[in-house]
Amino acid sequence: MSSQSFALLFPYLIGLSAVLFTLGVVGVLSRRNALIVFMSVELMLNAANLAFVTFARSFNRLDGQVFVFFVMVAAAAEVAVGLALIATIFRTKHSTNIDDISAMKG
Amino acid sequence: MTGDIILFVILAAVAIVSAISMIITRNAVHSALFLVIVMAVLAVLFLGLGGQFIAMVQVAVYAGAIMVLFLFVVMLLGAERVGARSGLRWQIPAAVGLGVALLVIAGLLLFQSQPQPIAGPEAAAAFVTNVSGACADDVQLAARLGAVPGSPCLIGDQLFTTYLFPFEVVSILLIVAMVGAVVLTRRPWERAK
Repeated sequence: MSSQSFALLFPYLIGLSAVLFTLGVVGVLSRRNALIVFMSVELMLNAANLAFVTFARSFNRLDGQVFVFFVMVAAAAEVAVGLALIATIFRTKHSTNIDDISAMKG
Repeated sequence: MTGDIILFVILAAVAIVSAISMIITRNAVHSALFLVIVMAVLAVLFLGLGGQFIAMVQVAVYAGAIMVLFLFVVMLLGAERVGARSGLRWQIPAAVGLGVALLVIAGLLLFQSQPQPIAGPEAAAAFVTNVSGACADDVQLAARLGAVPGSPCLIGDQLFTTYLFPFEVVSILLIVAMVGAVVLTRRPWERAK
């Protein structure tokens, strides 16, 4: 890694991060399958991670990368609980379509 | 520098095309695999930005563990194809419209903002002054490159000094999530005992 590597590309990296985040938002808003909504949330977290690493490099510090580490831990916890919820709901409703999951009581 | 630009354009195109495919494909297994491609591309970008440790964690935890969990649940539930018909006809156009609006706002903010001067070698030197002696090799590397390498030693040093309290909180979060997942997926008849 040269010290100049990617240096001129920082605005474009932030732009790529914004585009990926937007695609995640569109996925959450448009898809009906709870699993794909979850994947879109992961896409948004990854886009945020790209912005964190880009800013860490442009400030020449590691705090951004440490934050990416924390985001990954939060994402792992979220996926574990979320997929457990989806599996439990599927057992009673026999569906992962979020239109079918409109009642609070199972 | 030209090589960097070509590499970035290819990676960005692959990431965006994969992300769009992830959203529009009907099969949930295909969605998960497209998401793996996006995560692998981001790992390469992290490497280019000097985040060696983060890039490897991205591949091992995200593209590895989390996506395997996703694929496992998709195949366990047999939920590859959920009926595409939504009750709301205007939902997809509304979602795309809101997404375009978000992108326009983000683009405006990006173009209006003053370009941040990129921190030079002196910022790297200031950052590594408080690093423990165990990372002497990485400190020398930072001085030679004029940039802080995201090596496991330096990240670990940050985690166990500046970010010790968040690190411990996050470990509790993981335990709580693990217990929660176990409790949630117990069968009802086991819960009654």
